[in-house]
Amino acid sequence: MSQPSSDSTAPLLRASAVHLWRGDKHLLRGVNLTLQRGELLQIVGPNGVGKTSLLRCLAGLLPMESGEVHWEGRPISECRDVYQRALAYLAHANALKNDLTALENLRFSVGLRCTVTDEMLLDTLARVQIAHCADLPARALSAGQKRRLAIARVLLTNATLWILDEPITNLDVAGIELFERCVAEHLERGGAVLTAAHQLLLTGRPNVRTLELAA
Amino acid sequence: MSAPGLLGIMRLIVARDLKLAVRHWDQVVQPLIFFVIVTTLFPLAISPALDELRRIAPGVVWVAAMLASLLSLESLFRPDVEDGTMEQWALSAQPLSILLLAKTFTHWLLSGLPLVLMSPVVGTALGLPASVWPVLALSLALGTGSLSILGAIGAALTVAVRRGNVLLALLVLPLEMPVLIFGARAVDLAMQGESVVGPLNLMAALLLLFASLGPIAMAAAMRISVET
Repeated sequence: MSQPSSDSTAPLLRASAVHLWRGDKHLLRGVNLTLQRGELLQIVGPNGVGKTSLLRCLAGLLPMESGEVHWEGRPISECRDVYQRALAYLAHANALKNDLTALENLRFSVGLRCTVTDEMLLDTLARVQIAHCADLPARALSAGQKRRLAIARVLLTNATLWILDEPITNLDVAGIELFERCVAEHLERGGAVLTAAHQLLLTGRPNVRTLELAA
Repeated sequence: MSAPGLLGIMRLIVARDLKLAVRHWDQVVQPLIFFVIVTTLFPLAISPALDELRRIAPGVVWVAAMLASLLSLESLFRPDVEDGTMEQWALSAQPLSILLLAKTFTHWLLSGLPLVLMSPVVGTALGLPASVWPVLALSLALGTGSLSILGAIGAALTVAVRRGNVLLALLVLPLEMPVLIFGARAVDLAMQGESVVGPLNLMAALLLLFASLGPIAMAAAMRISVET
């Protein structure tokens, strides 16, 4: 793959032989995965098996010992800016400031990536059903409402690839349904989603796969 | 949806940090109170005799300014790293060095600029003649900028270390020596009625050096800290 432009036949994201050591523990032992447009890949496995570490490697936050991650056929180290613009990453931490209101939190975090109007922000807050909390400081929100706010950020960043670390933590039943709808819409639009999960989403669909990490 | 320009994101970060500071004003005024109290304690502890005070005043003001800037460094990056904001910044496809420079600039607005504005008060307490105030204020303005940037590099390096305060002080204070020396020297020269161009030029040169290369060092240090 020597051509510099993106390769349309290559998978959206491909990781090959990812090895990672944390301290003296060989955590990831040659993980391979591919992700096409319109696909949801859920990484499952017991606690401490390295799901979060794998996602952080794939996002480019954590350097791996060996292995390669390719975005549209190019190593992510060579197209970091293109890759980061196409990527929305949701970690365990919601990246919210307790002293800012929900709306301000959204404005400042999304504003770094794209220009947005308050109308778009409010629309998205309404979509995740926390519009009534727009002017409340984030410290006053419940854990589930905070998670919804963090999901609103992912929705607004206009990214192709979502990397989500246990996205439905703290969400209630209605919240999980809502989130599944958002993911399904994103997949229909040609996006791709990679999650670490304990509870599987959208089971039984042909474009949904799981990858099991063994201890 | 277009991508915002570099000036746009810097404005955004400065606005965000100022807003957070207003809601945390008790933490923000801490360095200023420290600066004022320490400098006004000297006349009480040593002697109110003017010529004795004037001899030590430049050194006292500058040491107090250095320690005051150190006070607020610990909380410069830590909250953003702990709540995951810094991770998002590292993945934002924007240059991390520019984001951190904007944060450091806000830090200076909140911890350096108040010292500059307060310098006539402190100068009076230490018996400095009014003719020296402009030089004192100018040297503080140039110097606290350098202190903020050097401090931010140290803060980025130690942010992943639990209870990194001591390490931070050990790391940053020796690097800040030139600023201290030239700052105190400028005030001293002004009091003797001599030209202060030399030390002030050197301080401006230091500030330019730190402002141009510092952000690169901050970003490199922060990337290492975010990895853990």
